[in-house]
Amino acid sequence: MTASAVPVLLVLLVAVLFAALFLVLSYWLGPRRRDPLKESPYECGIPARGTVQIRFFVRFFLVALFFLIFDLEAVFLYPWVLVFRSSLESGAAAFALGEMGVFLAILVTGFVYVWRKGGLEWQ
Amino acid sequence: MNIIQHVANLLIRSVFHADPASWPWTWLVQAVVIGIAAFLAFAFVAIFAGPVSWIERRIAGRIQSRIGPNRVGPQGVLQWLADGVKCWLKEDLVPAAADRPLFLAAPYLVFTGMFGAFVVLPFGAQVVAADLNVGILYLLAITSLVVVGLLMAGWGSNSKWALFGGVRSAAQLVSYEVPSAFSLLCVVLLAGTLSTQGIVAAQGGWPWDWFIFRNPFMFAAFFLYFTAAIAEGNRTPFDLPEAESEIVAGYNIEYSGMRFLFFLFAEWANIWIMAAISAFAFLGGWQIPGIAPEQIAATKGWEFVGWQALSWTIFLVKATFLVFVVIQIRWTLPRLRVDQLMITCWKYLVPLSMLMVLGVLVLLALVPEGGGADTILRGAMVGLGLAVVLVSALRVRRTFRVDREHYREMEGRDLWYPPYRLP
Amino acid sequence: MSDRLVQALRREFGETILATDDHCQDLHVRVAADRLPAVLGYLKTREDCTLLGDVIGIDYPERAQRFEVVYYLRSLSLPRQVWVQVGVAEGEAVPSATGLFRSADWHEREVYDLFGVPFANHPDLRRILCHHEFEGHALRKDYPIEQGQELGEPEKLYSDRDIARAAHRASLARNPAGAGDEIHATDLLTVNLGPSHPAMHGCLRAEVLLDGETIVDARAEIGYLHRCFEKEAEDHTWAQVMPYTDRLNYCSPLLNNVIYALAVEKLLEIEVPPRCKAIRVIVSELSRIIDHLVCVGTNLVDMGALTMYWYTFNVREAMYEIIEHLCGSRLTTNYARIGGLSHDLYPGFEAEVRAKLAMLDEAVTEVVKLAARNRIFLDRTLGIGAISRDDAVSHGFTGPCLRACGVAYDARKLHPHLDYQEYDFDVPTGEDGDTHSRIMVRFAEMIQSKRIIEQALRRLPAGPVNVDDPRVVLPPKEKVYGSIEGVMNQFKLIYEGIRVPAGTAYGFGEGGNGELGFYCVADGSGRPYRMKVRPPCFPVFGAYPRIIRGGMISDAIATLGSLNIIAGELDR
Repeated sequence: MTASAVPVLLVLLVAVLFAALFLVLSYWLGPRRRDPLKESPYECGIPARGTVQIRFFVRFFLVALFFLIFDLEAVFLYPWVLVFRSSLESGAAAFALGEMGVFLAILVTGFVYVWRKGGLEWQ
Repeated sequence: MNIIQHVANLLIRSVFHADPASWPWTWLVQAVVIGIAAFLAFAFVAIFAGPVSWIERRIAGRIQSRIGPNRVGPQGVLQWLADGVKCWLKEDLVPAAADRPLFLAAPYLVFTGMFGAFVVLPFGAQVVAADLNVGILYLLAITSLVVVGLLMAGWGSNSKWALFGGVRSAAQLVSYEVPSAFSLLCVVLLAGTLSTQGIVAAQGGWPWDWFIFRNPFMFAAFFLYFTAAIAEGNRTPFDLPEAESEIVAGYNIEYSGMRFLFFLFAEWANIWIMAAISAFAFLGGWQIPGIAPEQIAATKGWEFVGWQALSWTIFLVKATFLVFVVIQIRWTLPRLRVDQLMITCWKYLVPLSMLMVLGVLVLLALVPEGGGADTILRGAMVGLGLAVVLVSALRVRRTFRVDREHYREMEGRDLWYPPYRLP
Repeated sequence: MSDRLVQALRREFGETILATDDHCQDLHVRVAADRLPAVLGYLKTREDCTLLGDVIGIDYPERAQRFEVVYYLRSLSLPRQVWVQVGVAEGEAVPSATGLFRSADWHEREVYDLFGVPFANHPDLRRILCHHEFEGHALRKDYPIEQGQELGEPEKLYSDRDIARAAHRASLARNPAGAGDEIHATDLLTVNLGPSHPAMHGCLRAEVLLDGETIVDARAEIGYLHRCFEKEAEDHTWAQVMPYTDRLNYCSPLLNNVIYALAVEKLLEIEVPPRCKAIRVIVSELSRIIDHLVCVGTNLVDMGALTMYWYTFNVREAMYEIIEHLCGSRLTTNYARIGGLSHDLYPGFEAEVRAKLAMLDEAVTEVVKLAARNRIFLDRTLGIGAISRDDAVSHGFTGPCLRACGVAYDARKLHPHLDYQEYDFDVPTGEDGDTHSRIMVRFAEMIQSKRIIEQALRRLPAGPVNVDDPRVVLPPKEKVYGSIEGVMNQFKLIYEGIRVPAGTAYGFGEGGNGELGFYCVADGSGRPYRMKVRPPCFPVFGAYPRIIRGGMISDAIATLGSLNIIAGELDR
């Protein structure tokens, strides 16, 4: 695992270095003329009003929560799937399936609950 | 053994005259080789994202009965280069009100997330930068880095439109992550490994050996994954985070020059990445019909190179075909609205993809691989695939004819008003 | 008809009806200012004048009652137009008609802005076309036309108190039983849609309060393209105004030309020859097709469907080629003339039009094929941006936007100008008044326009295109160069302008977006005394904030596209 992580890290390092190189080059090549109007945030030609960093729409928070729950579930299933494959050969598949069935049942119940409660509506 | 270790060992043996297994500096040589490989991969990405942008613009031109870029180089093939150089020469603007560190760092994250995905893509029989044993998980994780980058860009710009773009993309990408993860889970179930090369090896060169035609659930899972992937790539009809007519291009609104280009670059590379993932996870990857991977690995010299090149070509053709599909979808459909987007994901794609996992599980337990039932199933699925293509083609033709007749009929009448309604 | 109406009004209101005038087929009624709402209400409820089309101000500095305010009411089912005039002195208020007609809101603001006539009980009496810091009133006769003012600070459409109020209202709407504090004012994001926004065709501005992506409240501001066409018209001869009309609705300049010519001809009481009429019909319908193509195409691109935009714009381009050949230019056509046309058609016109109309067929079927069965398109348009029939009428809608609500009012049918009664065509209507209906009505109207053009091409009579009247039409060049009468005639017409007899006339027709009209007041000189345009999209945009409330940003954009607001016409 650690050995195979080395190339990944290296590649990521190269990516960052390349990005930096590109940006530095553009820093040198590009013009630099500061202007307060140019540096003001775009708001269709009208001076921006109020702050942007406000409490945001609660819907997005819910989406984040659902994502946490369901994506973690999916990720949790990945290693289990590998175990299930090997248990298929050893004959313990029914047990693995049953265990996961319980886990999935709980999550599906949660999903149905969220649905029924209207948590998936956007309005 | 992958090609990098191969090259490193070769170097150690020929240059340092040492045994790679016992020599203490093996890791260093390997690292250097990987660095060089990464450089080459980068060049590949750059060279790929560029022409993909050109291809897209030319195809878009064709679809929209106009010409598209045709001035720089023959048929405009160098347009992307000209655009890149132009962006280099542009001023790198940072808004005064921006959250500077976030604003400056966002393109790096987007770029790295996109570039990192190339590490595990199985381009050919022995061509992969790193065949991680957690390949698929790594792909899911590293592509999510893009979300962080986009959210940082949206928030850091301190502009309202950028914020909308940022949160839209965050909500969209994390939502569609769920069905895509479940769909890929079906693949992992069948392959029994997370390694990308392992997944390709578990399939075969002929269509009936591909995962997509393994059983009906896999067939559906492919379309679910492809839909989710289009959404994760911010492509029409799911291009809400950068809807130019609504939120004025969203998160990248305050960016200029090279930083702006990084976002576009990531987008185009992303189309290719998701096409590549679909190709290797569902469509058999680089597998050459009629020859087993072991046979390729056993060859030597030019023959080895030849087979590698062929496998690479097969993979590229499959992925590029999917890129075409994505482009065609983009230039055909209008854009969804944000609530419709979320409902599509959570109420349709997520439950359906869960169902597909369940279906594959059950089939796996009931129908042993390689048995008679399995063979029949595969044959039937290939037939079904052909039937789907045929039926949709006929249906489109029929719709066209009906519309034309309807139009002719209504032309002379009192009222010409299409009576199309949703039930 | 008018006699009966006059008698009914006299019976009802007695002495407060100061005068009536049946000039140029329109009924002008003069009433005392305090009786105005009663008269308007009577006309609306009892005489079917349900649409307040315009409010017009006129300045007569020498009169004791300096300002005249004219309310233009019309019926949507009968060819009935009534002009209710009131005279007020400087500083005197006119009772507002906002309680009766929603469209009165913006129309009265315009009169207030340009003349400084206050309206009593108006809910939101602010400037509308001019900048909020502008000093003076541009259309008063004593405001010098060359006097410019430099103004910068954009207007804040919402004060903090307005935002708090909107938050409270939205909370109550969400939970009527609650205390009205579910949505905090600090949670609302104030966003400017426009003036410089890709989907705000032209320069329109709407400031919206957003809760997430839902529009809690919206206010619109216009005037970014205001150049006071009406003031310029007063400074030019009647004929010189023609090029300025090109710039009103710049998607269909030929329609503006034709309708302006109609208005002046009505004052002059002349009728153009049949060939001219037929040509005017053809170019008008071509313009209408172009206008609708632009609207539908950009509407679709606002929803992310770029391909359909190209399909419509390719045909538009083909149509523009005709106009280019005909007028020598694409946008600044300046083709119609008072009493005729600038010149006759070019050889080969018919064949070219027929060929381009075939392209239109193809494009319309293609786009309808791409859109009409597309689930995403239907989801994005059905029921979105809907306005009810009554609201639309109250807001003063005309044209495709009104017909999409199911009201079959078309000026070409109800007041046939240019012999439209002789053509066989239909008025397509929708049902729901939503974005989908508006788009589909436009598609259907293009087909009807095509039918009209085909009929006009078939019948196209031979003969002159100009009236034979030296008081109106410039003499041919050989006469100018060859005879003293010709020189004098040309000289008089150019330097003094066409002598239009004193009077008032409203010449109108069906423009691309609805009823486009020119209210002309002539004082017998060569220049208009007052020229008021009735731009069809002005009242439509007045309803825009109301339509988009409660929807999402994406809906607001899709709706705006389908309303087809043309800033050049809106702001004049």
